[in-house]
Formats: sequence, C-alpha cells, structure tokens
Amino acid sequence: MMASSYNAKEEDGHIAAASTHGGAPGVVKSKKPDNTAFKQQRLPAWQPILTAGTVLPAFFVIGLIFIPIGIGLFVSSNNIKEFEIDYTGVDINNPCYSCAKNFSWNNTTPCLCSLPFTLEQPFESNVFMYYGLSNFYQNHRRYVKSRDDSQLNGDRSALKSPSKECEPYRTSEGAPIAPCGAIANSLFNDTLELYHIDINGTRNEIPLVKKGIAWWTDKHVKFRNPGGNDNLTVAFQGTSKPVNWRKPVTELDPADPDNNGFINEDFIVWMRTAALPTFRKLYRIIQKKPNTTPTLPSGKYVLEITYNYPVLSFDGRKRMILSTISWMGGKNPFLGIAYITVGSICFFLGVVLLIIHHKYDTRNTSADIPS
Amino acid sequence: MARETAEEPGSAETAKVKRQRKEKTKENKTRTVHANILYEKAKGEENPNRLYADNKIKTTKYTLLSFLPKNLFEQFHRFANVYFVFIALLNFVPVVKAFQPELALAPVVFILSVTAIKDLWEDYRRHRSDKEINHMDCLVYGRVERRYVEQYWKDVRVGDFIRLRCNEILPADVLLLSSSDPDRLAHIETATLDGETNLKQRQVLRCFYDLDCDFDPMKYRSTIECEKPNNDLNRFRGYIIHRNGRRDALYKENLLLRGCTIRNTEEAVGIVIYAGHETKAMLNNNGPRYKRSKLERQMNVDVFWCVIILLVMCLFTAVGHGLWMFQYGDKRPVFDVLSPEGTDLSPIMSATYLFLTMIIVFQVLIPISLFVSIEIVKICQVYFIHQDMDLYDEETDSHLQCRALNITEDLGQMQYIFSDKTGTLTENKMVFRRCTVAGVEYSHDANAKRLAMYQEVDSEEEECTSHGGTLPRRDSVSSQQSARVVLRSHSTKSHRRTGSRAEAKRASILSKHTAFSSPMEKDITPDPQLLDKVNECSSQMDFMRFHSQPMSTLPSELSDVIDFFIALTICNTVVVSSPNQPRQKVRVRFELKSPVKTIEDFIKRFTPSRLTSSGSNNSSSSSLITSRSSNRGGCSSFLSSPSADSTLTKLDEEQRGPPGSLEQAFSPVQPPPPPPCYDGKASSLEEGELRYEAESPDEAALVYAARAYKCSLVGRLPDQVTVELPHLGKLSFELLHTLGFDSTRKRMSVVVRHPLTDQITVYTKGADSAIMDLIKPPDTGNSKGKRQKKIVSRTQNYLNLYAADGLRTLCIAKKILSKEQYACWLQHHLQAETAIQGREELLFESALRLETNLQLLGATGIEDRLQDGVPETIESLRKAGLQIWVLTGDKQETAVNVAYACKLLDPEEEILTLNADSQEACALLLEESLHYIQVKFLCSSSSPSADPATSAQAFHTDYAPPFELYHPSHSSSSSSSSYAPPFTVHRLGLVIDGRTLAYALDKSLEEKFLLVARSCRAVLCCRSTPLQKSMVVKLVRNKLKVMTLAIGDGANDVSMIQVADVGVGISGQEGMQAVMASDFALPRFSYLQKLLLVHGHWCYSRLANMILFFFYKNAMFVALIFWYQFYCGFSGSAMIDQWYLIFFNLMFSAFPQLITGTLDKDVSAETLQQLPQLYMNGQNSEEYKPYMFWMNMMDAFYQSLVCFFIPYFAYADSDVDLFTWGTPITTLALFTILVHLGIETKTWTWMNWLSITFSISLFFTVALCYNASCPTCYSPSNPYWTVQRLLQDPLFYLLCVLTPLAALLPRYFYRACQGTLFPSPVQVGRRLDKLPAETRRNILSLGRVKVGSPPPPALSPKTPFLSVNKPSPPGCNTSKEQRSFPSPRSHTHKQGQSSPAQGPTDSDKGLSDPYTSAPSDIDTLPYTKDAPKLSGEKSKDSACPDQTLEASELSLSSWITSTPLLTQTDSVQINLPPDGHSACVTYSRSTEDRPERSLHTAL
Repeated sequence: MMASSYNAKEEDGHIAAASTHGGAPGVVKSKKPDNTAFKQQRLPAWQPILTAGTVLPAFFVIGLIFIPIGIGLFVSSNNIKEFEIDYTGVDINNPCYSCAKNFSWNNTTPCLCSLPFTLEQPFESNVFMYYGLSNFYQNHRRYVKSRDDSQLNGDRSALKSPSKECEPYRTSEGAPIAPCGAIANSLFNDTLELYHIDINGTRNEIPLVKKGIAWWTDKHVKFRNPGGNDNLTVAFQGTSKPVNWRKPVTELDPADPDNNGFINEDFIVWMRTAALPTFRKLYRIIQKKPNTTPTLPSGKYVLEITYNYPVLSFDGRKRMILSTISWMGGKNPFLGIAYITVGSICFFLGVVLLIIHHKYDTRNTSADIPS
Repeated sequence: MARETAEEPGSAETAKVKRQRKEKTKENKTRTVHANILYEKAKGEENPNRLYADNKIKTTKYTLLSFLPKNLFEQFHRFANVYFVFIALLNFVPVVKAFQPELALAPVVFILSVTAIKDLWEDYRRHRSDKEINHMDCLVYGRVERRYVEQYWKDVRVGDFIRLRCNEILPADVLLLSSSDPDRLAHIETATLDGETNLKQRQVLRCFYDLDCDFDPMKYRSTIECEKPNNDLNRFRGYIIHRNGRRDALYKENLLLRGCTIRNTEEAVGIVIYAGHETKAMLNNNGPRYKRSKLERQMNVDVFWCVIILLVMCLFTAVGHGLWMFQYGDKRPVFDVLSPEGTDLSPIMSATYLFLTMIIVFQVLIPISLFVSIEIVKICQVYFIHQDMDLYDEETDSHLQCRALNITEDLGQMQYIFSDKTGTLTENKMVFRRCTVAGVEYSHDANAKRLAMYQEVDSEEEECTSHGGTLPRRDSVSSQQSARVVLRSHSTKSHRRTGSRAEAKRASILSKHTAFSSPMEKDITPDPQLLDKVNECSSQMDFMRFHSQPMSTLPSELSDVIDFFIALTICNTVVVSSPNQPRQKVRVRFELKSPVKTIEDFIKRFTPSRLTSSGSNNSSSSSLITSRSSNRGGCSSFLSSPSADSTLTKLDEEQRGPPGSLEQAFSPVQPPPPPPCYDGKASSLEEGELRYEAESPDEAALVYAARAYKCSLVGRLPDQVTVELPHLGKLSFELLHTLGFDSTRKRMSVVVRHPLTDQITVYTKGADSAIMDLIKPPDTGNSKGKRQKKIVSRTQNYLNLYAADGLRTLCIAKKILSKEQYACWLQHHLQAETAIQGREELLFESALRLETNLQLLGATGIEDRLQDGVPETIESLRKAGLQIWVLTGDKQETAVNVAYACKLLDPEEEILTLNADSQEACALLLEESLHYIQVKFLCSSSSPSADPATSAQAFHTDYAPPFELYHPSHSSSSSSSSYAPPFTVHRLGLVIDGRTLAYALDKSLEEKFLLVARSCRAVLCCRSTPLQKSMVVKLVRNKLKVMTLAIGDGANDVSMIQVADVGVGISGQEGMQAVMASDFALPRFSYLQKLLLVHGHWCYSRLANMILFFFYKNAMFVALIFWYQFYCGFSGSAMIDQWYLIFFNLMFSAFPQLITGTLDKDVSAETLQQLPQLYMNGQNSEEYKPYMFWMNMMDAFYQSLVCFFIPYFAYADSDVDLFTWGTPITTLALFTILVHLGIETKTWTWMNWLSITFSISLFFTVALCYNASCPTCYSPSNPYWTVQRLLQDPLFYLLCVLTPLAALLPRYFYRACQGTLFPSPVQVGRRLDKLPAETRRNILSLGRVKVGSPPPPALSPKTPFLSVNKPSPPGCNTSKEQRSFPSPRSHTHKQGQSSPAQGPTDSDKGLSDPYTSAPSDIDTLPYTKDAPKLSGEKSKDSACPDQTLEASELSLSSWITSTPLLTQTDSVQINLPPDGHSACVTYSRSTEDRPERSLHTAL
C-alpha cells in the first residue's frame, strides 16, 4: 500500500511526487492503491470468444482424431476371442438343472454336472477363464461393508475379535468367524474343470493355473495369514468357519501353503467386490503353450462343474467365460463405437457450425482478423 | 442499562484512583457523579461512582474461554451449518450410517473452523487496537500527589479530574470545568465523531465561569446529576448541585466527547462523566450492517429447490429399495445382509432407514462449501474494489470503502438511483460568483473567467491524477500544512475508537485541510467597479472619521456598499485562526467584554461610543495569555457568583490596560493611529495567512468574497468582531447578539454596534424568500423611498437571474435600531433568554420581532459547482438503464437549474411541475399529469403532422419522442402478482416540491404518484425533508420492486441511505454521518460510474456464474451416485470412495471456481464504461435467471449420465471391482467439471491455468497417497493401490479423453451457436474487447461522436435532408449520419425520419445529448440481424469516410451502436407512439424495402 512499494515500471516519476505532496514524505503513507496488474485486475489474459467461427476447427479436429481411434479400438476389441456359457441350470435341458433345483447350503454331497460346448475358433495366447454372476449385488451397501480388513491382513487381535462391521457374520457358536463378514460368507465355491475332447473322443484335462489371478498387491500386502503361512491350523485356532462354508479357511487349498488361508487367490478375488450386479471374476488362467499350437484349439470341450453355489433364489445366473485379452482388456466393442459416434457427431456439428458461420458470422471473421 | 452495574475486573489496578464513600442513592433515570478525589481513603465500595463503567474499552466479542461455545453458537444461527451438522451426526446412527462418522464430520468441522479462525483473527485485531487505546496516556489528578499525574486511559474513572492539553484526544466524556482560554471556552474538533473539521466551541460551566484562577480539584465539592448514558451526540442534560444547594443546569455545550481533539486551548480541566463503553462515541459505534443481496435471495430459493430435489431423489431411492427388497420375498439373497442384530428388516423399515442414509449420501447436493466460497469471493471482490486506482481520490487521499461486505453484487443490479444534490452532485464548494449591491449588478466577469479556468485546470489535473501526479496548486497548501502534520501525527492513532482504521486515517487526513478553503473558494477576483466603490467609500469614511463628520452624509449608495461588505464579513459564525499556530485562535482583543447580559449592563456599557483601532493593543493571544496567567498568580479563590463578573472585568481592565488605552476606549473620536500594516501589501500578507473556519460553506464563501474587497475578518470573539477595512484599518464591532441560523427562519442576524456611526445595527443574511418579505415597505413619498423601491425590484430581478443560473442566492439586509427600540427589544429578549420553559420558542419569537422592516442592501450569488464528471456520470448511468431521481432540500429554482447543469433534465424535454397546496389539489394534479402523459405519448395518434415546420415547432415546445422503451426487469424482479404492464419512460421531467410530495406520499395518492413518476425520465424532488427522502426511496423500493441505490453526503441523507438496498455515502466535506450509515463510501460522485458499471457488473456476473456453477457441480456429482442406485439395488451404495465424495467439493474442485469467481472479467473495464448499456445485463438478472438454474440442472443430469454410462458400458460385465470402477468416474467428473468451468471462463490468466493444474494434480496426488498409504485402513473401500493400477490401464486414459468431451459437447456447441446467432450484449462487448486497442478506440470514438466530439470531416453529410431543415451544427448531424451510416436503408429512411423532427432536435441540442440518439437507435433495432450484411454492401460501394477504418470495423461499430442492447426489442416496436414523428419512424420501418416512399410520406 505504500507508495514505495510501487511497481517500478509503472510511472514512478509520478509516484515520487505523489508521496511528497502528502506533507511529510515517508512518514505519511499514501493510501493510493498499487498500480499493479493484479490489483488493478489487468492481468494479461487469454479471452476466448465462443462463436461458430472460433469453435469450428475444434470440432473438426476432434472428429478427425476420434474416428480413427474409435476404429482402432473397435478392431482390436473384435480381435479378442471370447466364449461364454451359462451353467445356472434354469432350463430343464441344462445338465445342471437338477443341481440347481436341489440345492441347499448345507448339502454335504457335492452335486456335479458337466456341460459340453464347442469352440469355433482357436484361442491363441493366454486364455483367461472367468466365472460370471448376474443379478448378484455384490455392491450392496451393507454387503460391501461387511468385512474386516485388519483380520484379512493377519492381525491377530482382529482375528479374535473381528470388527463390528462383520455383523451378523461376526461370531458363530461363540467363536469369532475367520474370515468374518457377509462377503466372505458368500464365497463363490463352484469348482470348474475344463476338458478338451480331441478327435478320438478322449478327454484331456486342460491345466488351469490358479495362481496369479489376484492383484499382486492384494496377495502380498493386503491379505496375510495370521502368523505367517506355516501351520495355519494353529494360527486359526479358536476361530470358526463362516456359516455357509463347508470347510474352514485353512483348507481352501491344502496343497499349496502359499495359496491357503487368507491368501487363497480365489478368496482374494471374491473379496474384491464387483462394481455392478453383472460381473465376472477371474477364475483360472490357461497358459499359452510354448509351441505354436493354440492354447485352446477349436473343437469340443466339456466343462465339469461342482455345483455348490445357489443363485436361483435371487434369480441370478452363473456363467463360465473364456477370453483372451488385448492391451485394453477384455472384449468390449463399446469404447470403439463410442469414439466413432462422438467423432462423427463432432464432425457433423462442425459442418453445422460451418454453415452457421457462413450464413451469419461473416462480420465476426472480419472482426477477428483485424486489419 | 445493563452496563451501569458492570464492573470491569481490570479496574482493580486503578491504583491511585479512588472510589469511596457511601451514599448509595442510585436513581433509575439519572446518574450521579461525585468527585473521586473526595473518597481517597475510604473503601472502594463506598465510592458512589464505582458502579459506573470504567474507561477500559473492550470491543472484542470473545474471551479465551467463551470463544468456542460463543462462536459455535453464533455459527449455528446459520441454517446451513445446522443442517450439515445434523447430517454429520446422522452418520453416528448405525442403521443409517453411510460414511465413517469421523470422516463425515470433517467438512463441517472444516467449514466451522475456517469461520472460527476468521472470527478469532478479527477479534484479536480488535483486542490489539483496544489495548493500544487503553494504554494511551492522559493526566489525571491524583489526590496523593496533589497534581495531575499520567495515567493510562483505561484507568480513568468516572469522577476523575483530567487535564487536557492542546491537541490531546479526550479519553472519556468530560464535563468542562475550566479552560485556559480567557473566554472560558475550549475548542474541539469532532472529526472522528461526525467528520466535521471545523472547530466547535465548548463552554466552561457557568458556575465555574467566573473563576479566574486555576481550577483546584481539591476544592470541588459539587455533585453532578445527569442523564444515563445514551448515544445522542447532540444532547446532554443535567445539573450540578453545589455544596450550598444551588443547582446549575448543564448543556451539551459543557460536555467534551470522547474521541474529539482539543484545539486552540492550552489547557482544560474537566470531570469525567461517562467513561469507556458508556461514552457517547462508543454508544454510537455500531458494527457493520448485514444485508442480504438480491442475488443471495435468489440463490436461497434455488437452495430450497435443491432441498426438494434432494428429497425427491431420496424418496425415489427409498421406494426403489423397498421394491427391490420386496421382489425377493422371504428368501433373502446372500448379498442382502441382515441387520447387525441378525434380524430381518421389512422392506418398509429398510426403505425408511435408507431414506435417511440417502440424505447423507446426497448431502453434497446442498453445497456446503457454497456459503464459504461466496464469502471468500466477496472478500476478494471487496479487496479489488478497494484497490482500484480509479476509485482513489488523490486530493483527499481516500479511496472507496466497502462497509458492507456482502452486497457487492447488488451494485450490478441497481435500477433506481436516488441522489442528494448538494455535496453529492455538487462539490459543496461554495464559490462566490456575483453580487448585486443597492440594485446595481456586479457581474464579476473576471471571477467567472477564473472559475472557468479552474474547470480546465481541474480536467488537466484529472489526467495528472490518473497518473499519480501531484497537483500543482496544492503545493502552497502542503507547505502550510507540514507544520500541522507534525503536530497532529500523534493524534491520528487514536481515531479508530469511533470507526474503522481507514475512516480514522481518512478523517485525520481530511482534517489537515481547513474546511471550505480550497484555493478556488478563497481566491476571488473582485469586480473592478465594485472594488473602486469600496475603496472610494472607505476612503471617504476615513476622511469623515478624521474630520469628525457624521457618517450619514455618505452617499447612500456608497454606504450601502460598505454596509454590504460589513454584513458579509460579520454576519456569520466564522472563526478565524492562523495556520502557523495551528488552530490557534487569532486574538485581537481590545477589551474584555461579554455579550450584554443584563439591562444594567446595557445601560452601563452604552455610554459614549468608543472607537478602537488596531494600533495600540493588537496583542497576540500568547502574550495575552501570559499576562493573564501572571495576573492569576495570587488568585486562588473560588468564585462562583455571577455578580463578580463585572468587578472582575473592571479589575482586570484596570490592571492590564495602559492608561492610554483606557482613554482611547472612552474618547468619542480618535485620531487614526498609525496602523502598522496599513497599506494593502502588508495587510494582505498578514491576512493571507488567516484561516476561516466556517460551519457552512456559504459563510466561508462570503467571508472570502469580502476579503477580496479588502474587508477581511481578522478576529472573532464572543463579544466582538474585528474587521479590517481599506483605509480605515481594523475596526472592531461590538457584537451584541447573534441570532443564529435556523431552517424555519432561513436567516441569521447579528446585532452589533457600529464603531463608526455608533449605531446599533442589525445585519441579516438569509434566503431571498425569507428576506424579501421582511423588507420595509418603502415610503414612496420621498426620493429615498423611491430608490429603495427601485433597489428592491431590481434586486429581485437579479435574484431571479441568479437562480436561473443555478446560483444559490442570499439576500443581505440591515436595520438600524434606535437605542430605545433596542432597549425595548432587549428587555424581551433577555426575558426569553432567561426563561426556563419554552426558551427556544421565545428566542425564536424574539428573533422574529427583531428581523422586521429591513433595509435591503443587496444579494449574492454563490455557485455550488458541480463535481467533476457529474453530467457525464449521469449520462452514462442513464444509458445504463438506471433511473435517477434527485432528492434535495434545496429550493425548486436552484434544484432545477442544477439539474439542467448536470444533464439530469434536458432543455428539450418537457417538465411536469407539481406544486400543490392541498391534498385535493395534489390528487388533481397527479390525475391531470397522468392523463396528459397518456394523451401525449400513447394515444395522440390523431395529429399526424402534415407540415414539417409545425411539427418541428411542436417538437420544440412540448413534444418528445419516447425516450427509452426498456422497462426495468419486472419480469425477473417481481414474479409476484404485482406485475405491471411494461411502462415506458418518456422524455419528461418531473419536478415536485416538498409540500406536494408530502401529499403525494399519502397512501391514497402514492400509486398515482408512482405511475406518474416512473413514466418520467427524471424526477426531482425539491425542498424535501430527510424523512421524505427515505419515504420516497421506500415507496419506490417496495411498490415497484426494484433495486434502489441512495447516494448522499450529509446527515440529512442518512435515513435515505439506510432505507435503500445499497446506500452510498460521499465522504465529502459535510461530515461522516452519511458515510457511517452507508454500505459504500465514495470520495466523489463520478466514481459511482465505475463502481456500478464496472465493479457492480463484474461482481454480479462473477458471483452469479459462480453460484450457478456450484449448483451444477454438486448436482452433477450427486447424480452420478443416483444413477448408480439403479445398479446396486437402491442400497445407498456409492462407487465413489467416501474420501473423494467428501473432499471433492472442498478440495479438488474448489480452487478453479474461486479463481474464476474472483478474477473473471466478462468484459473489460473500458468497454463496460464506454458501453453503459451492458449494465442492463445485471439489472435484468441476465446472468442468473430462474430458468438458468433448471437449465444447469438439466445439463448437470445430462453430463452425469454421460460420465456414468460411458464407464458403465466400458466396464460392463468385466471383473472390475467397485472402487476401481468408481475412481475413473470421479476423475471423469472432475475433468468434466473443470472443462465446464473452462467453457464458462471468459478470461484466462495464469491464475486460472495454475488453479486448474493445481486441482488436477492435487486430486492425483491425494489419490496416489491415499491409495498407497495403508492397506487395511479406510474401511470399507480400502482402495489400496487402485489408482496406481488405473494409471497403468490404457482404458482409463481413453475414458478420460472421451467422456468429458461427450459430456460437454452440447454446452460447447450451444455456446458457439449463441455466440454467433444471438449474442448477448455482453458478448458483443467482449468481441469489442478482442479488437486491437487502436481499432477499438476508433470504434468507440465513433460511438462517441454522438457525445459531441467533432466528427471526422470526411463523414460530413451530403444528404438532402440538411437542405430541407434548418442548418444544423455539423456535429450533431454528422453524428447522426454516422450512426446510420453503415446501413444503406437507414440512409434514406433517416432522411424521412429526421427531417421533420429529428433534425431540429439535433440542431438545438448542439452538444452531446445521448437521448437524441435513443430513438434512432431504437428504430434501427429490428434490423440488427441483417445490418451487417447491409453494412457490408454499404462500406463497399459508399465512399468509405474514414480510411483508417476498415469495413469490418465500421460494420461492427454500427452493430454496436444499433445493436439490440435493449433486449426487449419487440416492446420497442409496440410502444412506439403513433404520433407524427414516430409515425414516420414506424413507417420507415415497415417500408424497409421502399425507402423512397418513406421519404415521401415523411416529407
């Protein structure tokens, strides 16, 4: 505010005079505002004016960029091979119909059904095997909350007394449930096996890799077994299994200690709640063969299902999906189409603006190009 | 009064101060003050004064302990805060809980703490300034020390004796008991209280008056009874009870108020009556006002709508959830988790809980940060307004003050301006212009030239000032001031007690200047003729005195001249001071004499006449005082009897005066002593340094005028006035009485004894109406009487002339009283003076008795110059669509003339004058004028003017085209049923006087009055009282539902300023009351232009856009979650992490919009000022109309649909998890919102770029940190490593490009189309901004040609209509031609249109009338769309007049001048009156393609 703090480039000659005439220079502060661009609101600025003429190029440029991108996306999405089969057993002809009908959570004898299908085209490179659920609201507010991350992270105190969020799946018969909560309780427990039927009719089991399906950070950071991976039974002593589970958490994959307990990858994948009621979750990976033969050659296949998971009660569907992936993920033509559409609309609007511009906007162009 | 008993704890430290003794007679209505000194040894409880507040002031609101509860309590007065706290608390209920309760509390706590910190800081500042004030020093009499000791202000108690020295500030309200001044006076300056810089006299209490020695507090035994503390600065009543039981009354003249400064008085002693918070100054100190702006009111409506939308959305979700649950029946699916207790919830219960949950989830829809953001933006706006150099007045070193912080945007929406005249439109610098003496007019041509020159100098200076230059003519002033600055520097500190710092500073700087003493007012060039006469006269008188001839032999004309100037000099209350000794009273005292008090005194004193002159004892004040105090030496007696007066006086005289002087005093004729500074040079040198402190500028002007004729006032004492006359030297007039000015009498008189003639003479000065009636009817019998008669009639003539020139007129008259008459009158007068009851009335009557049968001496014309730039400001404000009403207390003629001068009224337009004597007459008048208006302007189609000549004639006399057909935003401002049909504003002026106004404001007539008034272009209310002013404002504001601004500078404008939506005070010369009451204080009227047109416009459009954007932003964000409810079973789940959800508004998207809301400029300041029409944008609330809210909501929903469904389809049926899917949506929403803001941002400075970059990087930084910080925290989302993975996903980037684009495509396209097809006026202005500076200047100067600058010669018309018409000044016609120039159609039709009516109008107008152009502009309006095309052709084939201007620029310029800045183009056509002139206009329009014919018809 003082005259001395004046912006030097702005007429300082006058300022010196201004500060002296006040009476006692340097003592009496002039209240004269600083003549700076900021304080006088004269900051240099770009002032775009939106008119047909000025906006026009933007529309064309967007159109020209978007349409090729869209086409590229569309093509790459179309190159992805995907196969999907519903094994819910709603239809009476479905081999799994009986399993679906006679279901209860407490069945001890597993219900098995097998579903034959044919792949028209061979699947190259790694094939991802998903199970898909429909109408399953994994994103329900109370469902999403119903977990205890500390417990899953191997925290012993949380193991003994899980978070209140897990209610009503917090304790069972006096013992804390491990893992607690509704998400864990409703773990997808169908087992899927895939057999290739070669020309002779023999069934070759296709090796399914069950590790590497979860996020690396989930597997190694977020989920941990209490007390490390050795001797899980001791670690989980004093806890009870979730109500709907048939076997305790320590027996999810008894063969592989690195895939057992909380760090079981199927479990981890399930615990990552899906965003939408129709979703798929990665189940297994079929690794590419080292030789040139396709991972899944075209031909007949049989899907063997251990049918444990009831979905009919809420009108859900279960699917098995085989898919290859590209750099942009799974098969989804939408994005390509969207790009093409938006690009075309832009182009069209650009034309409209061009017409408007030519009809009504002559003076602006002349005004914009000052002589 | 609650304070009465409040005992400050801090008073304990009041060490030496005494509060003792019992006597607990504590009446309810009065306060009793005893001297503390009496109770030294007793206990504190016994001091009767202990119950009164001490002098420690505490303006802070909080203490450390009370801060938190009190501040929270205050904040919860705001409904929004309660709402947000309620929602945050709702989160603690487990069933409905949506977020982590602690997290949900965060934003509310944040908002509350921001406000709390702000309050705390403000309070701390107050605390600091309190402390500073509390620790100032003053002298308090200590009983122990038996002398005055220094104490802090805070330790001063009621009942203390304090000694005040010159230039000291009063620490409390003090009753004056003694003064070193020989007249027992103390002078105070009240600038900090009311801003008046002239000195005011305060009198020592009568009973202590006679005391001629130092006041001894130890001897004081009286008690004071007075009223309880109140805030009336002008009232103080009470009495003092002496020990002997005698009572003496106390008046406000005895009271010195806290905050005032002692001047001219070496020492004064008083007793503290009110201290600290009970002082009148503190009680007057009100906090800033809280007003709610129109925009905010509108916003609150939309907030209400938001609440409804919120409830609807919640209800919808709740019902959806109920149905969703219902469809599963009894079989609960695994994902429908039971309640924590394991019980099953029925769908209905579940839906109910969900409803509450959804309120929490959707709470963002009611923008919590909106209120805070608005406050921040407004503070920034206020800051920028403060910083504007154009609103800074170099002369007073003051800039605009915003006193109300929250109505800046109202400045952009004003529709009516109510202005005071004097001091607001005019400078309130009264300049003597001309006079008439004894029927002879002295035109003072040289003086007029001088004034004209000042005007020029002013305008040059204006340029200098804008560059921060110094004013050449102030150099002399500043050199005089330097001494004073030092003297006062210490006093400036304390000013802030009564007002803000800024005000105090301002006041202190103001006080450097003597009021009413600018060089322009001081340096009057005398009329040579009159000067000769004065010289002649005085030399004759000198001669006569020398030869002891009776003065009556003087020719009557000459004696009138000298009397006239003597009257000018002494008939006032001007105090003389010398600048070297700041405010030191100049004392030329000849003898000690008080005004006549008793008859005996009169008889005693009216012994042979005395003639005194300057020679022997023009001792200076200081020597006098020393001699006096030496006299006092031995005197220590306490005298209080009035009879002692005369004896003492005599004693004093004898002691002091040398024998010669005594002789001199009583000898009838004196040889003229050789005056030391007799000749003109020397005396003028001396005089030049005298300063006149006048209460009113008129008085000062007259005294300065008289001084120019060498009749200078050199000293004034209560009983004597000293005047220096040429040849005669110093004459002292014994002042017998002063009958002060009052507004009912409208005059003032002094009764003096003329030293030369020894006659008792009454000089009266007053308004012409008041004086002329009192003139003695001349006796036509003798020559003298005839002469008198002639003088009266001539003077009356000149008075009329003066009034017509807009001068303020005053008549000067005198009356010679014989001793008998005087004695007779005196008797009555003394009775009146001593009367207990009805003293005022008696004195008034007494004055009336005296002021009769006057002899007219002459009259003066004083010019109250218009402030710089007033006509231009009014013109451009009016162009901006503002209705300007002037409400003044001045008389009709003066007011009308000033109105003409400032272009408020137009000589072209007709003026309706309403002067009525009764209610009925007023009703009739209103009825008639209403009818008249209707006939004239609406249905006078019957008289199509056949003859151009007559029509031109008609136009001249009483006929004007409709002025402006724009009707202020009724559509927007009054959605109520009171919507009136659009009314037109005609070229009519309405003048109404106060009496008629009183009738018109009656309930029964106010509607009609409004109807008449609002169809007039200008309204002038004269002779209106402050109350009427406020009633008019209230009436217009309430009935017309318009935004009103009142501007004024004086105390009489305060009520009007308070009533209006926005009150503006001019911090001019008339004090601070108006400023104190105002929302904005301006140094000059002309600054109003920039304040309204630029800052008002900006503030409004910025804030309106920001509010709209806020609504959009929140709706858009919330709608994302709403759409998600369809995919999560209406469970209230949110895919957006709760952290993002809660901080999105508060952090991620907050800064860019704050920057835009603070800095965005839709149009540059220059263009806004040059195209005032752009202001209508705000008047009509164009930026924020109710439908815009809904449009924005629709857009928000569309955009959120895009932002939701593009990711939805992109991730449909994939293995994406909830938050990996939600995070891109958040990002997209952020991008969309920012780009949306970008589209709406008009100016991009580096701050905008920075803020947007900052926002985005903040979001990603926070997201990355948050997602990497803790793998197990942040239940339930637990977004560990989500963003990190997303950033590796090409799909994310593809979405980020596509979605914002798709979402904003419609808006962008719409904006582009709008910019081309139907640009708003503002966009036109912006386009103008875009042009390079030179081109723009050219175009605007083109537009300005109509404001009277000479047109480029090439543009001179070659059209035939010139030959048809009277020759017109080229300026106007060319301007006209130029306006119409680019359109070939107008080329011809203008001829037709202008020939009969327009041409002459223009020619008569000569200069610069913007309104002439209005009709022509209007009638071209409908063609605006095709104007460019036409102009293109035109510029091609016509001789392009200005080669520097390309066709495009021309077309643009045409487009600007004729653009439909008035948005309601249609109403323009409808409202055109079908009378002759405009019929032609209409016709030319309808026959656009057949110009020949229109020309034909018109001719």
